Amino acid sequence: MAIKFKEVSHVYSQGTPFEKTALKNINIHIEKGQFVGLIGHTGSGKSTLIQHFNGLLKPTSGEITILGRNINDPNTSLREIRQKVGLVFQYPEHQLFEMTIFKDVAFGPENMGLSKDEVEHRVREALSMVGIKEEMYGKSPFELSGGQKRRVAIAGVLAMKPEVLVLDEPTAGLDPKGRDEILGQIQMLHESLGITVILVSHSMEDIAKLVDRIIVMHRGSVALDGTPVSVFEHVEQLERMGLAAPQIMYIMKALRDKGLDVPTDILTVEEGAKALAALLKKQK
Amino acid sequence: MLRDITIGQYYPTDSWIHRLDPRVKIVSTFVFIIALFIANRYIGYALTFLFLACIIAISKVPVKFMLKGLKAIFVIILITVALNIFMTPGEMILWQYKSLRITGEGLYLAGLMAIRLIFLIIGSSILTLTTSPIQLTDGIESLLNPYKKIGIPAHEIAMMMTIALRFIPILLEETDKIMKAQMARGADFETGGIVKRAKSLIPLLVPLFISAFRRADELAMAMEARCYRGGENRTRMKQLVIEKQDYVAIGIMIVFTAAMIIIRFI
Amino acid sequence: MSYEAFITKAGEHMEHIVTGKGLVYEYFTQNEKGEIENRFRALDDLNIEIEKGQFVVILGHNGSGKSTLAKHMNAILHPTGGTLLIKGMDTKDERNLWHIRQNAGMVFQNPDNQIIAAIVEEDVAFGPENLGVKPEKIRKRVNEALAAVQMTEYMTHSPNLLSGGQKQRIAIAGVMAMRPECIILDEPTAMLDPVGRKEVMETIHRLNKEENITIIHITHYMEEAIHADRVVVMDHGKIVMDGTPREIFSQVETLKNLGLDVPQVTELAYYMQKQGIDISTEILTIEEMVDAIWQLSLKK
Repeated sequence: MAIKFKEVSHVYSQGTPFEKTALKNINIHIEKGQFVGLIGHTGSGKSTLIQHFNGLLKPTSGEITILGRNINDPNTSLREIRQKVGLVFQYPEHQLFEMTIFKDVAFGPENMGLSKDEVEHRVREALSMVGIKEEMYGKSPFELSGGQKRRVAIAGVLAMKPEVLVLDEPTAGLDPKGRDEILGQIQMLHESLGITVILVSHSMEDIAKLVDRIIVMHRGSVALDGTPVSVFEHVEQLERMGLAAPQIMYIMKALRDKGLDVPTDILTVEEGAKALAALLKKQK
Repeated sequence: MLRDITIGQYYPTDSWIHRLDPRVKIVSTFVFIIALFIANRYIGYALTFLFLACIIAISKVPVKFMLKGLKAIFVIILITVALNIFMTPGEMILWQYKSLRITGEGLYLAGLMAIRLIFLIIGSSILTLTTSPIQLTDGIESLLNPYKKIGIPAHEIAMMMTIALRFIPILLEETDKIMKAQMARGADFETGGIVKRAKSLIPLLVPLFISAFRRADELAMAMEARCYRGGENRTRMKQLVIEKQDYVAIGIMIVFTAAMIIIRFI
Repeated sequence: MSYEAFITKAGEHMEHIVTGKGLVYEYFTQNEKGEIENRFRALDDLNIEIEKGQFVVILGHNGSGKSTLAKHMNAILHPTGGTLLIKGMDTKDERNLWHIRQNAGMVFQNPDNQIIAAIVEEDVAFGPENLGVKPEKIRKRVNEALAAVQMTEYMTHSPNLLSGGQKQRIAIAGVMAMRPECIILDEPTAMLDPVGRKEVMETIHRLNKEENITIIHITHYMEEAIHADRVVVMDHGKIVMDGTPREIFSQVETLKNLGLDVPQVTELAYYMQKQGIDISTEILTIEEMVDAIWQLSLKK
């Protein structure tokens, strides 16, 4: 088990007039190797939730176990947990600070107290994973394009070799090409290294394409939790929460309502085109 | 939740004092401070005490908030009192140990000084508690305006204060975000000696400065795009107008100051 | 055509709010010795005309020059070659500067970095104050601008407590209070969530329809272009495609080669074509798609 939440609540500024409940009674179990999509309207508690995954925030009540270690236990090393659970914040390129790309990516592994050789090995590995070429290593990270900066920042987290990778809207503000590159790399990490990935995104299309489980947050609670097909079935409920299903699912549903015999488990455009083509050909 | 913080200590409520023109309040505060230094007898401070008590009651701000400002300067008050007690020469020796001695005059003076400081802080707290930072800015700009001719950049000062008011909460929130992002990469801001701690701030300060400069750059562009070209020929939507209540306040201040002067010289 | 003749001709066609001819914008980086190291052509002999009252969407990947073009329309940048006229006024002429900026207002990407004042109504008043409008008239303009973006109830709030979409609507109101004819929006939705994006899109469509404001909207989201009058696609500082949304998005492969997307509905039609189904890619909305497939299923 990678992550286990038992009746977790989080209240900001507890005991003051500004008290605000951000999480209410959260129960989640995330298995190792899962690819989880986390969705929810702004202010639904997603950001607070993911900061609990690596101990940046501690619950005000309830119990959290990360990779077998209890967060509340004072003997648990939070630094170790933060290394094992890599957290990539929104716009991670805003945290770059070193003179060169290489040094910036080395920041994490150096903080772990690794040997110089091991640090170098990890930096090279992480940068190649995100597709940054060796001749760039000595460049200033501030000379890069927006998409490249973001990949360097993600490499900075990957170099710590996390077992769980949490990404908060890694594609925000990128153009379609930059978005596809980053999502492709995340998918590759998941498949080739078997890392547990938790992806926060506002794009239902991206979520539907990638994940095998969706957790929907609403007003600090888990509103829905299940496979993409089972979650996107609740279109009306999702819309009430300021969310939606991928467009293709709306098309499929409208066709079903008209009496066409289209499958119910279509999530992506490619699948939809195949299914519809098969259906139309069969009828001919 | 850093976005919720307010700059300064404005206590939002609706009272006669809150509604006064900020310029009247700023000038009154200065006059009040001068009057405090005119007084040299306890009877003057008794009058000031009554005056402040009335103002606080009218302002509807809980006394607790008024006294908050005192906490910060408690040590300064203590030092002032101690210095005055031990350092004032005088005839009436109450206690002596080698060259250290306490005199009756010393006690008298220490008491006066302490009261003066306390009243000073409470007086200026009334200004900041009843005037929003934005009103303060408008008031300062308007008061400084006549001095533009002698080179005081009234408009620029006010614009800087306005932008600071808007961006300080944003930058505070940003600091929190960057700190968390670096902590997620194993940064440690809490332990170690002074050198290590100073060094550990680099991963926080470099991104923060870069972000602040980027924001400044974008803001400047946005301001220019909205035809900003300095204070020349600029108008303001909100005009400050001196109304009847402001004249009443000015009158009260004149009476108070006159009373303080009379007390001193009779 | 001589420069004078061009200006006169543009003046005759006042229905063109933007007229750009042979626009070039070149910049370079210098090394430590002050020698020119790299030259970039952000705009490369670009020609564009935009009619009054149109809703134009400009698409293009990062670095295609679309943001540079937007900054030219507000006279923040000046072309190093060619001429750009806004309402017949040359952007290179210093005397036109404030008139151009008042007529062609600009909204930027980051909602936080374009709001100046710590109170909503004071921020909206910033533009008219700079223009030297009389105080009582500013009040009227602020009220109208906030009503136009449906943010009247937030008049005395602090912008810090608003959502991203609300902040962008305040930024739009700040431009509207200057009474512009045209608003240029440089990726105003890039940093917003879907709800905020929808708010901004509904607001600018309403301003276009009800107030007849010309809208030039730059975006990465293909869905935002579906209801535009015209879509312009940029690449390497040039306009490479220009037409109605239907004309542009039906060319799925050309767009993909430019590093862009097509709306999901169009993409579905494209993949179905590849599977050998006879369906047009000139389909943009879910309703059209459902209808087209339904028609196909009836043909036996």
